[in-house]
Amino acid sequence: MSELIIKNGYVFDPISGIKGDKADIAIKDGKIVEKVSSKAKSIDASGKTVMAGGVDIHTHVVGPKVNLGREMRPEDKLFRGDYRGGIVKQGYRMEMGYSIPTTWKTGYAYSRLGYTYVNEAAMPPLMAPHVHEEIRDTPILDISAMPVFGNNWFCFEYLKNKEIENNAAYIAWLLKATYGVGIKVVNPGGTEAWAWGENCNTIHDPVPYFDITPAEIVKGLIETNEYLGLPHSIHLHGNNLGNPGNYTDTLDTLKLAEGYKAKNKFGRTQVLHNTHLQFHSYKGDSWGTFGSAAKEVMDYVNKTENITIDLGCVTLDETTTMTADGPFEHHLMELNHRKWANCDVELETGSGIVPFVYDKDVAVIGIQWAVGLEIGLYAKDLMRTFLTTDHPNGGPFSRYPRIIKWLMSKKARDATLDSMKRKDKVIAATDLASMDRELNLYDIAMMTRAGPAKALGMSSMYGSLAPGADGNVSIYNLDAKKIPSDPELIEEAFSKTAYTIKEGVVVVQNGEIVAEPKGHTIWTKVTMPENLQVMRDIKEKFTKSYTVNLENYAVFDDHVYRPRALEVEVA
Amino acid sequence: MPKVYENVGCPYCGCSCDDVRVTVSDDGKKVLEVENVCAIGTEIFKHGSSEHRHRLPRLRQPDGSMKEISYEEAIEWTAQHLYKAKKPLMYGFGSTNCEGQAAAARVMESAGGCLDNCATICHGPSFLAIFDNGYPTCTLGEVKNRADVIVYWGSNPAHAHPRHMSRYSIFPRGFFTGKGQKKRTVIVIDPRYTDTANVADIHVRVRQGHDYELFDAFRMVMHGHGDDLPDVVADVPKEQILQVAEIMANARFGTVFYGMGLTHSDGRNHNIDIAISLMRDLNKVAKWTIMAMRGHYNIAGPGVVWSWTFGFPYCLDLTKKNYAHMNPGETSSVDMAMRDETDMFINIGTDAGAHFPIPAVQHLKKHPWVTIDPSVCMASEISDLHIPVCICGVDTGGIVYRMDNVPIQFRQVLDPQGLLTDEELLNKIADRVDELNAQGA
Amino acid sequence: MITQRAFEEGVAMEIGKTSPEYFDACNIIEMNEQDMKKLGILKNTNVRVTSESGQVVVKAVVGRQTVYPGLCHIRQGVWANQVVPPRTQSTGTPQYSGFPVTVEPAPEEKLKTALHLVQGAVGMWKGEE
Repeated sequence: MSELIIKNGYVFDPISGIKGDKADIAIKDGKIVEKVSSKAKSIDASGKTVMAGGVDIHTHVVGPKVNLGREMRPEDKLFRGDYRGGIVKQGYRMEMGYSIPTTWKTGYAYSRLGYTYVNEAAMPPLMAPHVHEEIRDTPILDISAMPVFGNNWFCFEYLKNKEIENNAAYIAWLLKATYGVGIKVVNPGGTEAWAWGENCNTIHDPVPYFDITPAEIVKGLIETNEYLGLPHSIHLHGNNLGNPGNYTDTLDTLKLAEGYKAKNKFGRTQVLHNTHLQFHSYKGDSWGTFGSAAKEVMDYVNKTENITIDLGCVTLDETTTMTADGPFEHHLMELNHRKWANCDVELETGSGIVPFVYDKDVAVIGIQWAVGLEIGLYAKDLMRTFLTTDHPNGGPFSRYPRIIKWLMSKKARDATLDSMKRKDKVIAATDLASMDRELNLYDIAMMTRAGPAKALGMSSMYGSLAPGADGNVSIYNLDAKKIPSDPELIEEAFSKTAYTIKEGVVVVQNGEIVAEPKGHTIWTKVTMPENLQVMRDIKEKFTKSYTVNLENYAVFDDHVYRPRALEVEVA
Repeated sequence: MPKVYENVGCPYCGCSCDDVRVTVSDDGKKVLEVENVCAIGTEIFKHGSSEHRHRLPRLRQPDGSMKEISYEEAIEWTAQHLYKAKKPLMYGFGSTNCEGQAAAARVMESAGGCLDNCATICHGPSFLAIFDNGYPTCTLGEVKNRADVIVYWGSNPAHAHPRHMSRYSIFPRGFFTGKGQKKRTVIVIDPRYTDTANVADIHVRVRQGHDYELFDAFRMVMHGHGDDLPDVVADVPKEQILQVAEIMANARFGTVFYGMGLTHSDGRNHNIDIAISLMRDLNKVAKWTIMAMRGHYNIAGPGVVWSWTFGFPYCLDLTKKNYAHMNPGETSSVDMAMRDETDMFINIGTDAGAHFPIPAVQHLKKHPWVTIDPSVCMASEISDLHIPVCICGVDTGGIVYRMDNVPIQFRQVLDPQGLLTDEELLNKIADRVDELNAQGA
Repeated sequence: MITQRAFEEGVAMEIGKTSPEYFDACNIIEMNEQDMKKLGILKNTNVRVTSESGQVVVKAVVGRQTVYPGLCHIRQGVWANQVVPPRTQSTGTPQYSGFPVTVEPAPEEKLKTALHLVQGAVGMWKGEE
């Protein structure tokens, strides 16, 4: 029967339509309510900015490739760990790592930023128990994980035969087996090709042996997703990531969503979420002619209401790239000759990991940095445009406050541009220097809370301060009526909350961890009539091709922690 | 009525086979039959229901005999000694589940000590190489379904991973490998003519300790300098080097499995480092992966669990409690033992008494020694306190990581009859250490 | 000298390190046949193996997995670790394989049990010497 009231803050809640008015937020028994009794504990948020807890729609924080990244990079702890600065242990467990934090640090660090729910961007289904072990050891946050389907043998065969219903039954089965939340697609077809050392660079390159194209895979998965009515749309990392001139492939990819309508009971309106768009928005035919195609891409996104995107900004740090786009990582290693890890996963997917230094004095890097911000500044609908770095690929999530600063302050953007050695080349190849737009706090609330929650089909739970939502609230030391002229103060304010509240419990106060309740595992439970054909196909593949027995594949219920299901029923 | 358990995991080697069938007596106390498993796995399940298992902790008495004590007393003894020790070392984890390994991490962070696992004397050199050069690998199913060339280098699965060749690498008929062994080329590189070499197509009899030169020779061929090779490298004739390099460069999908022949010999991590470089060379023209033949069913586990907990897979110095430090050579178990740097030793899920070089055992024995292990072994017979626990896969389930880091969910088939699991025991010890810390503060 | 796994050692280890099976499986040195002749060692007789860090009495055999002249093998375990040098080349991993040893005939010497060797090394052996 615990009650909490946050008084007098400047509230930004796009779901409720509150644009900075002074309002009180009441929480009872972990949920937002209309009002509470006079016995409620009170927090004074006068002169501060109040938002719902942050929602990160795409981040790599739990799972086998994240962990292989941790394992292979001791230097990420030795040279970049906070401990060298003499950090005092805040939570119960120590915090280690910079670009790939340990799970304990992930929970604490996101909480200090005011985030309370994150969506793990990729889960290889065979290794789902590993993902759930790491979720168990990540404090405070609610976490969901998306299994990958774009290189899955079952999907190849069903979609080649246009068997949407069978594909849907398989995916429903797999979501339960992995306690996954939705359909992730990474480099469709290309990662299977990589198991033979090849790739699919355009949406029409057929997959070796399976003879299906990425276009067919994406369209088939969109149809499957809408057949099921899942809370989220398909979540796509398209083909040809990272290469000069790839924006044409990106437009081809985005156009695959044309003609489809979202079908679900979760308030989701998009049929395709295209992730880390920055890495897919390049002009040119070589590194020398590399340039920004953000405008071309955003012109299309702006007029296409059934897609959502996230930025995937480059933060100009040393970081670690890691993705299920195995061939891309090999390609990156051939460019920078760093250590390279790779893991192809039977029947399902693959992954690659390569450390990377985004040196702002290299022209291409400066251009990438500009592209990420241009996408945000060209966006007309910020409820369809979300703030990410594809952590840790473009940079660590600890840099989200810096991206907010850049989006809100032209002065800050100019300062960074000025510091670049190849500034003239960067300016010539991009539009950023001439863009005056500065986003405001309401825009930021859309990009970091309301928008991602809606796209995930979870705005009744997260990203919202409407009654009924989870009592997740972030209070920032930022006076909405007097935004500081020094943009550094914006970054500072978003780096450490005055308060982070998770389900009514104060977990961060003055930027320090004061409590660490455990979070939930969010997943999608699909109830569907039994499909005997699909069950037979599953048995056959496990007998012939997998190396784990079918009965050991699904995550045991005991190995999932505090699960919370979004329920879907298919007739 | 006896009960039959299907899809049971076997807790011996890094194959982590999960297709074992165990028949158990009605009262859940005795294993009657074990099927689908190699002879070593059979022994484990039989041993699990042996009447000779200790089911209570034993404390050494001044006259050298052991006396049974309660779990509570054993937990108190261990927690007190951990609290007082300046640099206690907990080592082992070849045979514990991940839940136990996570609890161990909690214990040593609270106590402020060192935490290490068997990789330190086994595939530690692999970690060192991975830190420098990465790790291009795959899951075992990729090998089963795609591989047409297999290399075992310094590895003898016929003896160390008995079902490896039949379940994963040489004999199985996978999706793209329907003809099984007939269409695979198997190359064994080993100074001995091992039983594995006996089923191979080619045995390369490399000079012991000189694998590095042979790797280098292969790299020369990949870089186009094969003609410049000397007539013999590491006892291997140039013709054979060229022949094998040709096979590797033309593979559709190849995998190198390697083991202690490389990690225990001169050069240690450099042998693995150059192996990985060779994989990078090969991946320019073909598709190759490399895989460490991890010895135990869950020795990959602590590396995985401690990487997500502390950021490092082994040789952890947690004495500062606020951060972790790893520096193999400095913070590794045997080196610390030889330099007398620890003042308490906890041997868990392993037998350091048998598997450390005896001088290290002598150094460690100068201090309190606790053995947490289900078996009577050398460590238990010299320790001050022996705490028996459940055998993972037999009296308790839990998650284990196979040699390719695929998590396998093990099952419980026997009634633990009062034994605690590693996880339960270690969490209780951690709770007590936290209490002592709070009192002392 | 190299020290590696053997199937028999694995089976015996799971039966128990104090068992007769373990005794039989692990107190063996596999040598090259010509080397044995040169050193005057009869098959299946005991030998003394000495390394830079210790010595042990084991039984000499010609193994099925043959070794070339100059190479010998004791299965990993209690007897092997009486002679394995603890030096790690700063990697943490002792020199389990690839260390020099002297092997001499010792047909009158008795094999010691695992407990005798390990407890003996730390001053806890209560049996006969």
